[in-house]
Amino acid sequence: MENIAWMAWTPPTAIFFGLLALTLGTMTWLAVAYPEAERIGILRIPTTRGDRLFLSLIAAAVIHLLWIGFIGSDPIATLPIGEEGVEISNLWFGTLISLVSAVAIFRTV
Amino acid sequence: MMDKTVNQKAWFLVLPVFLIVAFSAVLPLMTVVNYSVQDTFGNNQFFWNGVGWFKELLDPSSDLGGRFYASLLRNLAFSAIILAIEVPLGILVALSMPRDGWRVAACLVILALPLLIPWNVVGTIWQIFGRPDIGLLGYTLNHMGIDYNYVSNEFDAWATVIVMDVWHWTSLVALLCYAGLKSIPDAYYQAAQIDGASRWAVFRAIQLPKLNRVLLIGVLLRFMDSFMIYTEPFVVTGGGPGNSTTFVSIELVKIALGQFDLGKAAALSLVYNIIVLIVCWIFYTVMTNAGVDHTKREGAV
Repeated sequence: MENIAWMAWTPPTAIFFGLLALTLGTMTWLAVAYPEAERIGILRIPTTRGDRLFLSLIAAAVIHLLWIGFIGSDPIATLPIGEEGVEISNLWFGTLISLVSAVAIFRTV
Repeated sequence: MMDKTVNQKAWFLVLPVFLIVAFSAVLPLMTVVNYSVQDTFGNNQFFWNGVGWFKELLDPSSDLGGRFYASLLRNLAFSAIILAIEVPLGILVALSMPRDGWRVAACLVILALPLLIPWNVVGTIWQIFGRPDIGLLGYTLNHMGIDYNYVSNEFDAWATVIVMDVWHWTSLVALLCYAGLKSIPDAYYQAAQIDGASRWAVFRAIQLPKLNRVLLIGVLLRFMDSFMIYTEPFVVTGGGPGNSTTFVSIELVKIALGQFDLGKAAALSLVYNIIVLIVCWIFYTVMTNAGVDHTKREGAV
């Protein structure tokens, strides 16, 4: 572990990158198992699954930034885990919106 | 002959590139993400800060946010100004270049010269060139009665940085446009001549449409380069006077290395990165889809 101490890992960022790697892995497997085909959606440009994933990720980043910028990240609830409990931030609503937008992007773009 | 054997082993040849990119780009970027949610006082000790830095960065009333938005606006203004000068000027230069003979080679070499000079050398050249005491430009201007001093006057600093960028990069636009103009077949010009088209009509109806693609590439390259500019203004003005020529990357380096606020700097660079990524994607999409007719493939899965 000392070798990667300079990277300053935290559990949340590790989970984040783990999920990202899982997503990329799944998409790669999908691309091999069910080869991609371009199609034209509401943006009037041909997109593949990979393009739509890219757009979803960018949209998720922008949605989270806008949420932080305009609404903030106040806690809405506290989970009874550990001594002090774990606070749930309202930023998770932003995550929820991102997921919905990702579904929308995959279906319509 | 019809049955092509499927062999994907060639993908293994990409492995070295993949490893190098992982080592030089992906791991450092991951580290930046890790930094952006933590605070550190050095000594490799980190404290969890959640999205605190992002909150501060996006809040214009905080110190960090104020500096970020101000430098972003400055940077966008800079990019807009140099594009508004370099693109028309580049087209003009390309249009007035000779079409054949030894003059072509001479022009190309002269045009390429500024492009070959490293950023910090360009900065140093202009830093000295503009000095009122020993620089040719600064000395001449001041002796003509124009009070020019890029160290103390904001307008002069901006003018110097802009003229320097125009001096350094207009050639790129000109060379791209020249290549685009060369690819127009003579038949187009002959047809225009038969129709008795004016010089302006030839430009509007033949040359400009044919320059569409190269201009897009030129605008993309110049926008990205000017949006990420660091060395030249840093060498000439150091971001001053005050903060008047502090662009985003200069602000970023000040925060990261000057103040050693790694968390703030990481949050800033991630937002900066996303802006660059979005702009690149838009340009790329427009570039690859410009003039392509998709109607035939409409509805394909």
